[in-house]
Parts: sequence; structure tokens; C-alpha cells
Amino acid sequence: MQNELKVVSNATCTFCGCVCDDIELTVEGSHITKAKNACVLGKAWFLNHEAGEGPIARIRGKEATVEEAVEEAARILVDAKFPIIYGLSDTTCEAQRVTVAIADWIGASIDTTTSVCHGPSGMAFQGVGEITCSLGEVRNRADLVIFWGSNPAESHPRHWGRYSTMPKGLFVPNGRKDRTVVLVDVRRTKSAPAADIFLQIKPRKDFEVLWMLRALVKGLTINEADLVDTGVTLEQLQNLVEKMKACKFGVLFFGMGLSMTRGKHLNVEAALALARDLNAFTRFYANPMRGHGNVTGADNVVSWQTGYPFGVNLGRGYPRFNPGEFTTTDTLARKEADAAMIIASDPMGNFSQAAREHLGSIPYIALDTKETSTTRAAAVSFTTATYGINVPGTVYRMDDVPIPLRPAFESPYPSDEKILRALEKKVLHLLQAKLQVSN
Amino acid sequence: MAITIIKGGKVYDPVHGINGEVRDIWIKDGKIVAPQILEDELPEKVIDATGRIIMPGGVDMHCHIAGPKVNLARKMRPEDKRYAPHVSRTSLTRSGTIGSVPSTFATGYLYAGLGYTTAFDAAVPPLSARHAHEELQDTPIIDKGFFLLMGNNHYALEQIASKDSEKLKSFTAWLLESAKGYAIKLVNPGGVEVWKSGGANINEIDQDIGHFNCTPRQIIQGLSQTAMDIGLPHPVHIHCNNLGIPGNWRTTLATMDALEGRRAHLTHIQFHSYGGEPDDQGKFCSKVQELADFVNSHPEVTVDVGQVLFGETTSMTGDGPLGYYLHKVTGKKWTSADTEMEAGCGIVPMAYKEKSFVNALQWAIGLEWYLLVKDPWQIAMSTDHPNGGSFLAYPEIIQLLMDRTYRQEILKRVHPRVLERSCLKDLDREYTLNEIAIITRAGPARMLGLINKGHLGVGADADITIYNESSNILAMFELPYMVIKYGKVVVEKSEIRLQVPGNTLHVSPSFDPGLVGGIRKWFESYYTIQFENYPVTEEYLSGGGTMIPCSKK
Repeated sequence: MQNELKVVSNATCTFCGCVCDDIELTVEGSHITKAKNACVLGKAWFLNHEAGEGPIARIRGKEATVEEAVEEAARILVDAKFPIIYGLSDTTCEAQRVTVAIADWIGASIDTTTSVCHGPSGMAFQGVGEITCSLGEVRNRADLVIFWGSNPAESHPRHWGRYSTMPKGLFVPNGRKDRTVVLVDVRRTKSAPAADIFLQIKPRKDFEVLWMLRALVKGLTINEADLVDTGVTLEQLQNLVEKMKACKFGVLFFGMGLSMTRGKHLNVEAALALARDLNAFTRFYANPMRGHGNVTGADNVVSWQTGYPFGVNLGRGYPRFNPGEFTTTDTLARKEADAAMIIASDPMGNFSQAAREHLGSIPYIALDTKETSTTRAAAVSFTTATYGINVPGTVYRMDDVPIPLRPAFESPYPSDEKILRALEKKVLHLLQAKLQVSN
Repeated sequence: MAITIIKGGKVYDPVHGINGEVRDIWIKDGKIVAPQILEDELPEKVIDATGRIIMPGGVDMHCHIAGPKVNLARKMRPEDKRYAPHVSRTSLTRSGTIGSVPSTFATGYLYAGLGYTTAFDAAVPPLSARHAHEELQDTPIIDKGFFLLMGNNHYALEQIASKDSEKLKSFTAWLLESAKGYAIKLVNPGGVEVWKSGGANINEIDQDIGHFNCTPRQIIQGLSQTAMDIGLPHPVHIHCNNLGIPGNWRTTLATMDALEGRRAHLTHIQFHSYGGEPDDQGKFCSKVQELADFVNSHPEVTVDVGQVLFGETTSMTGDGPLGYYLHKVTGKKWTSADTEMEAGCGIVPMAYKEKSFVNALQWAIGLEWYLLVKDPWQIAMSTDHPNGGSFLAYPEIIQLLMDRTYRQEILKRVHPRVLERSCLKDLDREYTLNEIAIITRAGPARMLGLINKGHLGVGADADITIYNESSNILAMFELPYMVIKYGKVVVEKSEIRLQVPGNTLHVSPSFDPGLVGGIRKWFESYYTIQFENYPVTEEYLSGGGTMIPCSKK
């Protein structure tokens, strides 16, 4: 077969939360041969993309037709007493919307990978609110940029160039020269050399340092003794506070180094409160550095359909929210769920042993673009097409900006959305039948 | 095609001067049709409305139900839903949460259940239009749309400063088309940009907006003229400067004067009608009469009220500095979210208390507005949902307007100083059902330029609400007997019977394509997404969308 050459402009990379939408893809047949503007991670995402192998659907490891697999998946979900649905951070909003619908019809828990990354940030937001902005505000205005517990050089390589430290903007016409960049972390990461100021704090002392900064911003007196074991000096903090109060537009980007270390949501509450307090002096913002390409979309979809961002249970016929109770790792580790559906995520590869053991002992459905330890142990598995590369749709950047996808070529595999729509239809059919029997 | 007839109901159709007369309504293909002679066919459905009241479906012209700030409020406030009633899943409908900011499916069901068939979100940043559309697709039954935040848009401000009305027109049309929006919204014109540029605000309309070299007055004039020039169905929709600040009535009057006869809609006017001094709560008083006098002598100006109801709710606004102000006043948690080149946002939990002088006076000021505007076609019912209270409070407002005894009872209960600072105690006016039909459907539909809504004439969309006639006004309006959307029964006896998607209403004004190159150049200098990825495409429109035509000049 002749491989046609085509160029897809303004394509969107969904590898990380930066969701860069300026990628120019050169496509030869079902291979991407160039990904202009993409970073090292984006290039790997596009250029190494291989369509999955093997059948579209499997039931207990054996090849099945899509119809058979959808039927079996629906049966598992409808028969379950406590089904849970998890994942969603690497698929389109269109697929996420159908997933929450299925969770609603069957009375499942619906949870996303947010619960194991920035879930604590979501809880902190509920405590104190959040002063945030789109990344273009940072590009055009920020003269002080702080990264805390985040290593953009390795995790979000284009963040600096596109959004936060390098670009020239309306009120920062000289780009990097107009900005002060601060990095706070427990180790000297690859991001450190690019910062003007690097503060290396002791592990698990984030909360203490943030709280001291708040105190200094409020004008309270702090002694060196208060900073024992934090790894920083009073002078360093005073210097930083001066810069924060004097800047025109400051922003604190925080990563999982803050949300997933000791203190979790309390750390993020401290960061959000610090940014909020600084608005008595200047404009100051705090933004999470989100990881997966559409984890932010998952938060938004689950929120608009249920009212809560993650860890939602629909078992009583309406949404209830309780992180710790309805978050997937916890539900599994307590051996509560009796069936599951995992979408675009690999909990068998990264959950705790207790959670993995229980997931392995219950029937579950898995949708992924490739074989993973999760798809291998699934009762029903579907191989699906990759969003952004094969599938159009919507994703949300880490700052909640919605961006469309421009796929490069068609996959022989169906999209998550297509499988999920078929599944929703079958689930409704089985529920209807159940209702008739019970009547 | 199948015909439905609603027989024997008392019809309130103010557009056609029908005031409680018994009429039959004929419906075919989702539209109201003239009575016909049926030869071989029987009507598919005959609805007996004897002893019932028939009105066009309700139209909410100003609420906050979809998009980024609404969803941030949902995320921020789990406590708002903890003890609130919820919407349970049925075999036909999705579940949801309520509180002050209901989830999307719940929003659609609750509006429909209240007899409302159309609602407009009042404040969406164009960059987030795609998000708002996704939520509207998940907000079933009702027709819907949104207004685009433009009063602090950099490109618009630049054209206003350089007095380039052609570029301003083309940009506005291009922006509405790109975002699939419905109208131009100004929120604290210029003030949000000043807030974003260092934390200050604007407090009068001739103040300079720092680096943009223009004033709120010029924004108000430029964009009210633009809305008329490009023939938008709804005129410019203005949230004035100084919302909530004692003494702000002068700013509101100055804004009205600045229009110089142009059409405009001033929104949640209650929040903009305060006498007194910014720093002295003791002098806080109502200035509705002075402003209502202006409206009463200017038919080109319309308002909606933004009624405050007692209880807990959430304040959400595109007025960023207002969010900060409310945070400082209440001490409660605060969310702010600024959008590049376009807009701001503030969200704060609120509680309005009967025994609070300020809150009680706000409540009275809203009611004064309803009672002091002489022509009901110039005033629309709103709570600025959820700012003054939930849209679920509309029946309560109707009762307050139709029953002065009830109104006076509540007035006796609230903070006593309200009696001195408001004329509410002296207002005897009671609304009639016909007037209620005007301020809840016919009027807002006319203000929005929706010629097929808000009435029951031939050719109108068959969006109809049937109420049980009752002396219990609250019960009558809280639980309609039946709601019909595009000719189909969607609600019957308080239950959703059919889940239709509802259509997204949008405009598509024409513009000079030769000017898009300049917009693109500006866009590419400052935005962080690609110009090509900015416009919202048709597949995001609920029900396939309905384009409402612009008038030709």
C-alpha cells in the first residue's frame, strides 16, 4: 500500500498537562515521521506511536467480538453490588462524559487519577479557594515565577518556553530578562540551574516553610529557631517575601512534590493561602502543574455532571463525595468493590499491593491503547485508538483552557468513546430488562 | 403530521393581548399553529387544561449555569451540597446535586420542572466558550446560550481607544461567531483590566483605564453602538462599574446617561441602586426611585433585577475585584480566575440574612425595582442566579409581587431600619398574572430578540407551561401541571417524562473578512493557544444549535 504523506498543523500533544497545540505533524500512512515544535516527551509520544496489537476485544484473555465483549462487560457492571470506575486522565472529554453516565446508571463510584496526584489540591481548593489564571496571563504579565515541588525541565519541558519564564509578553516585553524565577524543592533537580533562586528545603518541610512565608507576609516576627530543620534561613525567606510583595504579578506553580508529600492537602492549602494573602499587596496566583494530558478535563467533566471533582459515589442514586471513602485505592484496599472498569490507566502497575490484589480478584473491564498489566488481568479488555493521534475530541489544559484535538491518522481500533457508547446502550438495556423482571 | 391540542385553559399571552381568556392551543411539528379542520386524522394528543393556566415557557435572561466559573464554584463548594436536596437517578434521567450551583443535568431538569424552557448564561470568557458549550450539551431540555465577556477584552479596548468602529464591529462579530455566543456582555467595563494589572479598580466611568487610554464611558458607548450596528438580537448587556458599593447609584445613572439613547440592558440592577458612602454603612439607602425614573422615561433601556433572597448561596461573577471585595467583607474562601486578554472571575460563598440591615435593604431594593418600573416590558425577573439566590426562588418572588400582605409580613420580620431607608412599605402595587407572564417570559424573550419565544402566536416555538390555577401562588408556580418543549410533553405532575437535548441559541453576524488578518496578528502575539484552535465548531452545539438571525441595517 502506498503511504500517503500529509501534514497536520496545529495538532495537540496530550502527553502532559501543557497540552501544546502548535505541533506540526508529518504523517506517512500510519506513522508520524516528524513532530515539529514538540519537546522531547512530545516527540517520543508522537514518533514512537505504534498502533496496538492483537484483537480489539478479549474476554478473559481470549479474542472475542466487540459485541460479545460489550455484552459481557455490561453484564459484569450491572450484576455488581459495588462497581467502581477509574482512570480517565488520558482520554477525551467526550469519552469521559459517557463514562460518568455509565457510572450514574449502574450506581458506581467514579474516580479519576486525580485522586492519586492532585486530589489533595482539589481538597485544599475546597478549603481556601484558589487565585488562579490561564497560562497566557502568566505569559503576558508575570515578573515573578515560583515553582514548588515541580520539575518542569523533565516533566513539562515546554512550560518555560511557551508559558511561564521565557516568552515575551505584553507587560514583560523582554521575556526572561523581565522575570525572576524561583525554584523550591527538596533536591537539586534539572530545573534548578534555570532558576535565579533555588531554595533547597528539607524533605517533608514544605508546610512549615510555606506557613512561615505566610507569617512573614502578614508581618509577624519569625525567629531562626522557628526554621530549624527546614533547610532554609530566615534571610532567604525574608528575601523571597520581599520579592513576592514587590512583584507586579507573581505566580506559584506547585507540583506533586507538594500535593503528594507529607501534609498533602495541608501543604497545598498553605500554598493557596499564601498566594491569596499576597493579593493584599499585588496580584498573586497559584496554579497546579497537572500531569496527564486530560486529567484537568476529567476533573471538569466529573464536576459538571456530579457537582464534585473526583471520589464520587453514585450508589444511592445520587452523587456523594468523600475522598478516602470513594477514592479507588482506598475502596480496593478495603476490598469493597466487587467489579471495576478501568479506562486509560494502569492501576495494576502503580497501585498499592493491597489494592492490586483486590482488583486482581474481582472481574473488571479495561480499556487501553496498548497492553498493560491492567489489561492483561482484566475479565474483559478492549484495545482502543489513541486520543490526539487517532481520535478527535476535547482536552483541557492544566489551566482549564479547553483545546480541540486534530488526529493524524485513523486507527484500526475504535475510540474509547465508541466502545463506551455501545456499553452504555447495553447497560441500559440490561437494566431495563432487570426492572421488568422485578416488576 | 401529528397535532396536539391543549383545550380549555386560561391563556396568558401578553404579546397578543390575551389576558386569561379560554383558548385552545394547537401544536404541530413543535410549533404553534392555527386551529385546523381535521378531516381524516385525529389529533395525536388532546390535553385537557380546563381550570388551568397556560403561559409560554419561562425565559431566564440572566443566570450563571455553565462554563468555567460555574464549574469552579461546584468544585469549591462540596459543603453547599452536603445537606441540600439532590436529584435522584431514574430509568430516564440522570442524577445530580443541587445546592446553589446545581450540576448540569440537574440544572436542565430543575428549570424545566419550574416551567422554564430557555435560559442564558450571562458571562463566558470567549477562550472558555468550548467549555460552556460542553456543559450546555449536558444541560438537557431547555434552550440555552451565553453572553460573551467583552468589556475588558484587550482588542476591543484598543479599537475603542483608537476610535476604530469598523474594526470593533468586525472583531465583535468575529468573536461571537468564533465562540458561538449570543450577545455582548460588559462586566465592570475597564475595571477588571485595572484589577488584573495590579489589584486596583475603577470607580467612575470617566476614569482612565491605565495603559489602554480609554474610559468605561467609551467602552459603554462603543459596544452599545456596535451591538446595534451589527444587528444583534439582544442589545449590549451591562453589569455596571461599582457593583455592591454604597453610593453606586450615581455610577449607574451615569452609565444610563452615557448610552445617549442607544438600546441597552442593565443587569442585576438591584446591586447597582445603592445610596450612601462607600465607607459608611450607616448611610446605606435605596436609590431605586431616581433610577426607575430614568427607566420609566427611556423605553430603549431594559433591566433585570438580581433579586436577593434570604439564605445561603454562592456569589460568582466576571467582576474579579468584586470577588476580592466580597472575600474581604465576608472573610470566606475566595476563588479568582483570570483569562488572558479577556476577562476575570470571582467566586465567594454568601449568606443573606433577614436581620442584617444591608442584606434586608438589598432584598427591599430588588422588590422596589419590580414595583417602581411602570412598564413591565422593561423589567425582567432574575436573581442573577446564584448571586442573589437560586432560580428556584422565582415562585417566591412571584408571591412577593402578587401578594402585598405576604410582602408586608416579611418586611415586618427583617431589620427594622429598612423601613426608613426604603419606600417598600408604601408600595401597594400587586402584580397581575398577565404582568407576571410579561416579566418571566414575554418580556425577557422580547429583550433577547427571540421572536419565536415568549408568546403563543402562530409560528411560535411550542414551549408552553400549564399551571394548576390556585390561590396558593407559591404552589402554583413551584409545581407546574405540565411543561411542553417544542410540542412534546417534557414534564408532567412534577416528573420529567421526556429528556430532549434542547438547542443552543447563538448568533452569526457578518463581518469584514479582510480585518481577520489583523485580529490574527494580535492573537498570535499574546494568546497561548493557536488561532485555528480558538473557534468553536458546530458539533459543540446542543441539539445541533439554532442560529438566531441578526437584523439587517
